[in-house]
Amino acid sequence: MRIKDHPILGVLPEARWVKIRVDDREITAIEGEPVAAAVSAAGIRVHRYTAKRGEPRGVFCGIGQCTDCMMRVNGVPNVRTCITPVVEGMVVETQLEAEPKEFS
Amino acid sequence: MKGLDLAVIGAGPAGLAAAIEGGKRGCRVAVMDMNLQPGGQLIKQIHKFFGAREHSAGSRGVDIARRLYRDAEGVGVEILTSCEVYSIQPGNRLEVILTSFGDSNRGHSQSSTYMRRRHESISAKQVVIATGGAENALNFEGWTLPGVMGAGAAQTMANVWRVLPGERVLMVGAGNVGLIVAYQLLQAGAEVKAVVEAAPEIGGYGVHAAKVSRAGVPILTAHTVVRAFGESQVTGAQIARVDESWNPIPGSEQELDVDTICIATGLRPNTRIASLAGCKLMYSPVLGGWTPIHNKRLETSVPGIYVAGDAAGIEEASTALEEGRLAGIAAAVALGKGRREDREEIEAIAARLSSLRGGPFCAERAVAKQEILSRAEAICQKD
Repeated sequence: MRIKDHPILGVLPEARWVKIRVDDREITAIEGEPVAAAVSAAGIRVHRYTAKRGEPRGVFCGIGQCTDCMMRVNGVPNVRTCITPVVEGMVVETQLEAEPKEFS
Repeated sequence: MKGLDLAVIGAGPAGLAAAIEGGKRGCRVAVMDMNLQPGGQLIKQIHKFFGAREHSAGSRGVDIARRLYRDAEGVGVEILTSCEVYSIQPGNRLEVILTSFGDSNRGHSQSSTYMRRRHESISAKQVVIATGGAENALNFEGWTLPGVMGAGAAQTMANVWRVLPGERVLMVGAGNVGLIVAYQLLQAGAEVKAVVEAAPEIGGYGVHAAKVSRAGVPILTAHTVVRAFGESQVTGAQIARVDESWNPIPGSEQELDVDTICIATGLRPNTRIASLAGCKLMYSPVLGGWTPIHNKRLETSVPGIYVAGDAAGIEEASTALEEGRLAGIAAAVALGKGRREDREEIEAIAARLSSLRGGPFCAERAVAKQEILSRAEAICQKD
């Protein structure tokens, strides 16, 4: 949920709203905000399922330290969504980690 | 970007302050930060700081960050975001990954070239490590479920990105971070069901606790979270009273209807890059755990590498600013770029640091810092 009005920060500033795809959903996001923020605003909390136990993970540290929020972004796996900005039309996928490791 | 005088790792208050001092003295300085914006954790501090005017009391962290950023640019400091230092090799060679992001106009949006990573080796005569702190995790049943997050993560989401991280929140920890973030989540429109604190007393300042209490949120001391419910995300929490040995008391459990559990159980210095650089650490419970050993000028056991701010022991933004200034001046002096008045300036900073560590809440930090200095002296003598 977006915080549209805030007692200290005021109303949500003007921004460029764009559409991005998350799995089979199209969501609106603010260009330049972290993918994690856009995904969270859309009510999506599961970012990935772990390789060994298939357990769900979501945002944990929010500042690029912990890697819990990784998703597949434009086909690239293991992208820390909390420090990766939104651009229009990007494709984000829940990461299923039974895959071999890839490095980009 | 080859051959820096001063490389600063981390663009929070300590890092920016260090960079400004270096820049002012004519050093070629770059600050590297892995996040999208500079400012470190200041950018999510929307409450007014208190204390003395010289430490920006009455200002909000987000405004202090803007000021620092402007000052740094004003003295020619280069600020690199999305820039990750993953190693420091002997001779102060920084191994860095710079990420750049394409934009939709250039047709990058759906391709993997949207994100370009480039590796660089950057040598710097002096390095200031200002990597800040990391939140401690707490192990309980279900703690890895989406919806369990650091209080800092919730604060970033709400205050920086304007996204409510959850609607019904349990805050774990009644130190300053737990209390402030609980209050800020209320301001952002969330319902905070309770703040639990395992210790018998509230750890944070009375003013913060009072604000939370006045908003009708119960602060339950001698209570902890026992488990998070949920299959794919948090759908509830169980809390319980704890005995003197911190063990949950059977029969005292209560269930809370929450979708978010925020963990505010303290911070520890983020020492990863300092460790990789070979800086010696010592364990200091008061300063948050393993902390790089440093001398009065904040130089670590590796010559030419300094540490400042929370990375040098968890304190607060005002101490981070002062330590950053000190480290920046010390690095410039070591490069022969010191000013005549630097000796006095260093003394003035040291005096302000002692006054910041002088209050009843922080006297133990002064002792802990002294222990770090003594250890540094011992290492020097051995060498």
